Amino acid sequence: MKNLTSNFIFTTGLLMGFFWIHFLLDSNYIKERRGHFIKHDHHHAVKNRTPVDKSNGTIRILCWIMTMPKHLETRTQHVRATWAKHCDRVLYMSSESTDFPTVGLNVSEGRENLYWKTIRAFQFLHQHHMHDMDWFLKADDDTFVVMENLRHTLSRFDTEKPWYLGRRFAPFLKKGYMSGGAGYVLSKEALRRFVTGFQTGKCTHFSDLEDMALGKCMETMEVELGDTRDEKGRQTFHPFPLDHYVIRTPPRRRPWYMIYDFYTPIEGPGCCSDLAVSFHYIPPPQMYVLEYLTHHLRAYGYRHRYHPDDKTNPNTTEPVEVQSPT
Amino acid sequence: MLSEGGSFMKGMAMGGIFCLGLSLFGSFSPATEHGPGEQHHHHHVKAPSKDELTRLSDGHVLELVNQVRVSCIIMVQPKILVHWAAALDTWSKHCDKAVFYTSESSKALEAVDLNEKDDWARLRKALNHAYENAGDLRWFFVAKATTFAIIENLKHLVLTKDPEEPFYLGNAMKSGELEYVAYESGIVLSYEALKRLVNVLQDEEKCPERGHALWAMSEDKQLAVCLKYTGVFAENGEDSHGKGLFNSKSVDSLITDSMRENPTNVVEGCCSDLAVTFNDMSPNQMQVMMFGVYRLRPYGHDFHDLLVFQPPEGSDND
Repeated sequence: MKNLTSNFIFTTGLLMGFFWIHFLLDSNYIKERRGHFIKHDHHHAVKNRTPVDKSNGTIRILCWIMTMPKHLETRTQHVRATWAKHCDRVLYMSSESTDFPTVGLNVSEGRENLYWKTIRAFQFLHQHHMHDMDWFLKADDDTFVVMENLRHTLSRFDTEKPWYLGRRFAPFLKKGYMSGGAGYVLSKEALRRFVTGFQTGKCTHFSDLEDMALGKCMETMEVELGDTRDEKGRQTFHPFPLDHYVIRTPPRRRPWYMIYDFYTPIEGPGCCSDLAVSFHYIPPPQMYVLEYLTHHLRAYGYRHRYHPDDKTNPNTTEPVEVQSPT
Repeated sequence: MLSEGGSFMKGMAMGGIFCLGLSLFGSFSPATEHGPGEQHHHHHVKAPSKDELTRLSDGHVLELVNQVRVSCIIMVQPKILVHWAAALDTWSKHCDKAVFYTSESSKALEAVDLNEKDDWARLRKALNHAYENAGDLRWFFVAKATTFAIIENLKHLVLTKDPEEPFYLGNAMKSGELEYVAYESGIVLSYEALKRLVNVLQDEEKCPERGHALWAMSEDKQLAVCLKYTGVFAENGEDSHGKGLFNSKSVDSLITDSMRENPTNVVEGCCSDLAVTFNDMSPNQMQVMMFGVYRLRPYGHDFHDLLVFQPPEGSDND
């Protein structure tokens, strides 16, 4: 009896010793040695592409981000580290002013105060930035924006006219309103009219639904809702992340998150413009992923299918064309 | 009690020694004494820099255009049907030729049915088939359907390399003394490497169908062992700055790692602008990647690339 137990323990030890060594040989230890092969010299990572074309830079856009103290560390800093850098001017609007820096709006936090924050923010912008900015973008701290594409979209609108632009939603108002999360833009004239509306009492804080309420004021002040879809009818502003739109699906009834869309939404690859402007509900890691996909990762030499009336100049050396894969 | 403990320790020690012994025996190949060539610590193949490319003559560039055509060998199984379908609808459309090889046939999708459950045997068959049907294609990319690849960037990497030379590239790893290219981030073979491989596969001693060691070595290591016999060694594919191009993780995972390791420089510290592969991405993520890689871009940039790759015919998601 004792012999059997002893043999059993020996065998257990044998197996454990075997697998332990096997595991060691095949795991992290080896992967660290492998690290020698991949020499990332992060300090020397050079952007080997032509710099941002600033010739369209005559359109000055002020980005204001709706945020709050407890989000600065968890969300807003990642906005600052990614797309906000491409704004001509960026202001982080919060209930209190901080060294982030944030502008204190003198309004408490909370869903019920969102519209108050918006009203105060636009009043602030009207007071301080009418002279040096052409367009005013409102975004959330979980919105990702491609500023170059916003600039391109805005280039066909006149900022001295009353324009209100974004992802158009149909409900509640005759002409609809723009989704708050997807980001919306006011022209200078639209901003003037918004502030005047509140000064004269034509616009009031009648609802907590920030985006819809602003839409009501725009309607009252006769500001026009622009169509920001590209030449192929594809959307540029998106109130949800990319995977809610671009995945191929068989034809079906509108999913819940597309119920509000003013223009009939398209599902699958035809949903979204190549020159997309915004996505919403983007957590910090996805901010960096989108930054990587938009501004860094590309397919070498790929000739895009979609060519808006581009200003890209043909260079002297003609690139050599390769046959498309059949 | 003590005697039992003692016998346990003896067991552990013997088990460990036994394992080490087998491992050494398994990866030890007597025919790889290649003298000074044996001292390769790490090999890397770098993508050409912009300067290198601008120095090439037009005639030379035309030559390159012709030789940089890729045949994709995509290994699938019915149990990964969703990835199989995703690969079919996404990145594989950018291969000059894409052939799917399956372990068993599926009613849903077409593939070359190798009718083989063993991973290594299946890979051998697929490579043989690809070589026999190579036509005038000179570069071969082997991947599972769970990998996502950007073929244009693969072409860029090997643009100035001669496929009549042996190249075996990807994410180079080391296991004991063996350097091999990891399967899950894709394996690149030049025509010459594949030719030599197909030859040595006939040698039952060097390259047995059922593998070397007592327990099965993964097929990517088996491949490395066989290629080694023909004087072909694994090399790490990198961009002109030394960043690895073949990734065994997904974009999300690499970005999360970078947020931890380079919090002040997340994107630059992460992955190459001209990355060739990512792994462990869901079918939905692959569709998002098609948009992200081939369509989404900021208005106004021009890269002045030396070659132009046309979009594939009959495709709408790129």
